[in-house]
Amino acid sequence: MGRGSDRAARCLFFLCALTTAAALLLIAAYLILAGLPALREIGWKDFLLGKIWDSAHAEHPQFGILPLLLTSLYGTAGAVVLGVPLGVLTALFLSKAAPPKLAAVIRYLVRLLAGVPSVVCGLVGMTVLVPFLRERLDLPAGDGLLAAVLVLAVMLLPSVVEMSEDALAAVPRTYEEASLALGATEAETWFRVSLPAAGSGVAAAVALGAGRAVGEAVAVLMVAGNAANMPSLLGSVRFLTAGVALEMGYAAAGSLRQQALFSIALVLFLLVVLINILLYLARGRGARP
Amino acid sequence: MRNRRVENLLIKALLWLSAMGVSLLLLAVAGYVCFRGAGNITLALLTEEERFLEGTAGLLPAILNTLFVIAASLAVVLPLGVGAAVYLTEYAKNRWLVGAVEFAAQVLSGIPSILYAMLGALVFCRRLGLQKTLLAGALTLAVMTLPTVLRTTQESLKAAPRSYREAALGLGAGLWPMIRTVVLPASADGVVTGCILAAGRVVGETAVLLYTAGLSMAMQNFSGIQGLLHASGTTLSTALYVYAKERADFASAFAAATVLLAITAVINLAAAAVGRRVRRV
Repeated sequence: MGRGSDRAARCLFFLCALTTAAALLLIAAYLILAGLPALREIGWKDFLLGKIWDSAHAEHPQFGILPLLLTSLYGTAGAVVLGVPLGVLTALFLSKAAPPKLAAVIRYLVRLLAGVPSVVCGLVGMTVLVPFLRERLDLPAGDGLLAAVLVLAVMLLPSVVEMSEDALAAVPRTYEEASLALGATEAETWFRVSLPAAGSGVAAAVALGAGRAVGEAVAVLMVAGNAANMPSLLGSVRFLTAGVALEMGYAAAGSLRQQALFSIALVLFLLVVLINILLYLARGRGARP
Repeated sequence: MRNRRVENLLIKALLWLSAMGVSLLLLAVAGYVCFRGAGNITLALLTEEERFLEGTAGLLPAILNTLFVIAASLAVVLPLGVGAAVYLTEYAKNRWLVGAVEFAAQVLSGIPSILYAMLGALVFCRRLGLQKTLLAGALTLAVMTLPTVLRTTQESLKAAPRSYREAALGLGAGLWPMIRTVVLPASADGVVTGCILAAGRVVGETAVLLYTAGLSMAMQNFSGIQGLLHASGTTLSTALYVYAKERADFASAFAAATVLLAITAVINLAAAAVGRRVRRV
């Protein structure tokens, strides 16, 4: 037990920390290096703005990811628009308006369901939501963008509720008391004082939820139909994640098709990094006094 | 004045409504899965493999594979994540480095699992020659869960009282003996929470294992090093996907989903219980 073991321990721990940073660097480097060749060969514009994805065509394969990209963006936006207000209102209820016992029960429930595997959500979507949409809306097939948006919104809910409630709980009680003492009603206090004060935390919850929705593959595969059409609310659509997942097993190593899948992966990665930077900024702003 | 009071009531009603809606929705999802699945869960389903001749489903291989993947990925991620957290909170003096590693961890935790699936299939299965095995899946998942273990450990290390450290150092302990005998035991709860959360992600993960761990539903032989290296097959979540999406066997799919929900519920509640103890200390 001397200086030697101290130094060895220090080295070992340093290596562990380095591995984490190295993992990200390697992943980023790999995605960029693997994703660029197809982009160069197909052309940035044709790849990002091309409206036809037909990678399996024997003579003239076409690699336009606009339908996939728009589907992912619309799908995520839809899930956020539906899920976030509901989640934030629930968080407000839990932290401000609910009787403590009821809040504890609901919190327990949300906690319990925060970890529901995405494949289970997909299964319920597939067996309940899709047939329901098919019959109610009289569609040939119920799977499509709408089903995916609804499933993603439900999947976002628990984490949005939990993170927003944490943020609301961190708002100093004195702010609210000051507002109430000035004669504002409770509702006015919650919406004009508590929510703005918790804004950065709620923004972080939104960014986290958006990141999850963009990256979700399995649940979306099960309910979106997966035809690479330009997105329409009721039609079959393919998300970026599904684009990678569906063809990964079929693309020959080194083919343009495989390289194009890497390019899709790169686009996905950049989207997630962008969302993460926003998240980082939101958190940073919240940390400042 | 009256308008404001009405508005206040309306908004309260809205909050009640949305909270009840969310609760009902979540309950309905879980309830529906259990309702459809519980009837299909039999002792045979949980203790046998599937038999094609009799046409019976069996989840035992998937359950064992799930346990193996959890154990194997934790065996890798635990030392790595805890080690990194110890370095960042106890040793590192370079703020830039700490910031860089923390940012890396945050981005890693946000990378979609389908990208981990792709990279795992390329790096572990092909480049390192592991083929589609549970081991390759577990290694991929270890990278994926690294940020979770790192962050929870780091938080609990930061919460270990300063006075403990100073007392140990004041008694003449070196930095490493101090960490080993004082800081790590004091933050064991956080490490355990990290492990539970990581196990939860592993149990629920489908995309990664679909592409790295193989799709066999047969019993695997885990005896010996060869067995551990070459075992390959579905976990509960991938078995569920295969049943639902490829075979349209929804009875088995819901049975697997119910088992999966039960496991995640236990894991979640365990994490919450340990987490509460951490906060109380």
